[in-house]
Amino acid sequence: MDIAVRELSYAQAIQEAMAIAMDMDERVFLMGEDIGVYGGAFQVTGDLVERYGADRVIDTPISELGGAGVAVGAAVTGMRPIFEFQFSDFATLGMEQIVNQAAKMRFMLGGEVSVPLVMRFPAGSGTGAAAQHSQSLEAWLGHVPGLKVIQPATPHDAKGMLLAAVADPDPVMIFEHKLLYKMKGHVPEGHYTVPIGKAEIRREGRDLTIVATSIMVQKALDAAAALEGEGIDIEVVDLRTIRPIDRQTVIASVKKTSRLLCVYEAVKTLGIGAEVSAMVAESEAFDYLDAPIVRLGGAETPIPYNPDLEKATVPQVADIIAAARDLVKGVR
Amino acid sequence: MATARKAVADSRANLPFVYRHYSQEQLKQVLHKMYLIRRFEEGAEECYMRGLIHGTMHLSIGQEASAMGICMPLAEDDQITSTHRGHGHCIAKGAEVSRMFAEFFGKTTGYCKGRGGSMHIADVAKGNLGANGIVAGGIPIAVGAALSAKRMKTGKVVVSFFGDGANNEGAFHEALNMAAIWKLPVIFVCENNGYGMSTSTARSTAVKNIAERAAAYAMPGVIVNGNIFSEVAEASFKAVERARAGEGPTLIESKTYRHRGHSKSDRNRYRTKEEIEDWMANRDPITLFETELRDFGFIDDQGIQAIRDAVAKEIADGIEFAKASPAPEIATLEDYVYTEHA
Repeated sequence: MDIAVRELSYAQAIQEAMAIAMDMDERVFLMGEDIGVYGGAFQVTGDLVERYGADRVIDTPISELGGAGVAVGAAVTGMRPIFEFQFSDFATLGMEQIVNQAAKMRFMLGGEVSVPLVMRFPAGSGTGAAAQHSQSLEAWLGHVPGLKVIQPATPHDAKGMLLAAVADPDPVMIFEHKLLYKMKGHVPEGHYTVPIGKAEIRREGRDLTIVATSIMVQKALDAAAALEGEGIDIEVVDLRTIRPIDRQTVIASVKKTSRLLCVYEAVKTLGIGAEVSAMVAESEAFDYLDAPIVRLGGAETPIPYNPDLEKATVPQVADIIAAARDLVKGVR
Repeated sequence: MATARKAVADSRANLPFVYRHYSQEQLKQVLHKMYLIRRFEEGAEECYMRGLIHGTMHLSIGQEASAMGICMPLAEDDQITSTHRGHGHCIAKGAEVSRMFAEFFGKTTGYCKGRGGSMHIADVAKGNLGANGIVAGGIPIAVGAALSAKRMKTGKVVVSFFGDGANNEGAFHEALNMAAIWKLPVIFVCENNGYGMSTSTARSTAVKNIAERAAAYAMPGVIVNGNIFSEVAEASFKAVERARAGEGPTLIESKTYRHRGHSKSDRNRYRTKEEIEDWMANRDPITLFETELRDFGFIDDQGIQAIRDAVAKEIADGIEFAKASPAPEIATLEDYVYTEHA
């Protein structure tokens, strides 16, 4: 008999994590645009303002640069801010504080301070929000030493990685795919953490390794399930963290399967797939490869409004199935 | 004895703020530190010319009264954020010149262990959260520090130094607005030296006085002569009182002048020689303060000479300390990127 497991949505899991973090530590507080009575643009903060008050769930003016800087300043002087960018695209307005200040402050000051800052970025396409509200910019931040960048793909990890981020002494950037917010899954009660910097093998297989991030993990799993009937046995690695990247798990998997397919939503060129591919090509796994490495990423275009065009911009399950089949059958 | 003290007090009654408010010893310390800032920067410049320091530097020579005046009413655990022209702020907040020189020389004994240099000079233990290479970069950070102070009820006040160039950055406006709506204990100090690199405030800024910007954020905007120590200290004192009382932020515009160019690449094509010489000859902040101290009987020529001699020795010792200090090992290149877990 199945024991009923508690299920939460990805958004609820994040909200629960933030509540636990605030219960555990007076220094933790939330900042962002319309995260108070409005509950956040995606209802992630929900009613937290009623439970924790406007002093700990702070609505900021529409000032991404200033707001990000205030969060940096609070973090460096003893608080533990969790800052929400309403859309990850708005990070472009706060880049100065993220890249020049948060990421570098500890280094520039020779280790005299830490910046225990968490920033949350609702990201990705699929909501019809068009070019300025649908981007996947995680690789931009993944390029900056001093930051940690994570992309939880399940409700379980969304909670556990956020709690790990709050406990982390350094700035952690969390990219949350907006289409995942409604995804339901098992989420344990109480406090637990999922380590930053550790990939997870979501499905074991022998024929091909798919390294996927964020929403592409579920799509890769769907593709793997569909290919099972064809006798193709796929391993799916959920990268989870793009900085620091889990080299070991990826390389070990490729050594086992001898084939690598990288799947990510962000624009293909210069994205995380390029990094994973290069990492494997430079490693001892290179000698094990039976086929060229393949990347499936976003098209070289801004995200369009038309729903069919929008879908065509990012990899879908059918694309993954086709690419995986070709790779295993030696077509590529 | 009591009568004598009263006589002194009476004789000070008509003097400017600092002479009524601070002891003779404190004021002599101020002169000492103003000389320390001046000689530190002259020393750093000389070391740069001789190839002992690389990179670049932005000297605040001519702005010493501003740094000292603002920091005068601050307690040791009050905090500041500073700018690329931040050597004076660092010394005014209590840093040792030996460790500053060591930083400029790129040594492990420097405040940033040789990772920051002139543009990121800091002294966290004394409340200096760091100079900043990004114009207006430190302003929102100061507001965040003030938010911490308010939330943790530490009673700390935070000062954000910035230049006139920063007043046209978005970060300045966003930060002032947030500090005002949340009534945070922060003081915004615009050291207006007339030029953002080469562009004069007349060409860059729509308002005549940067202090006028304060009206847009419902906070007091105060203009002081940044070369007169007492004027700056008095404005800072009032702003600190206001901040500590929970009444919110103040914008102080300290009008001053840098004697040197913007940085070491400056060919000085945007200012006349006459203008620079006029400021140096007639409005040097150290000369002005020293003259007042002497005129008001707080110090004599011998006392002034003693300060100059002590400063000269401190500077010479500081440079020696920096030269003798070890350079970082290449193997430590990636240290301090992340917090090392124990």
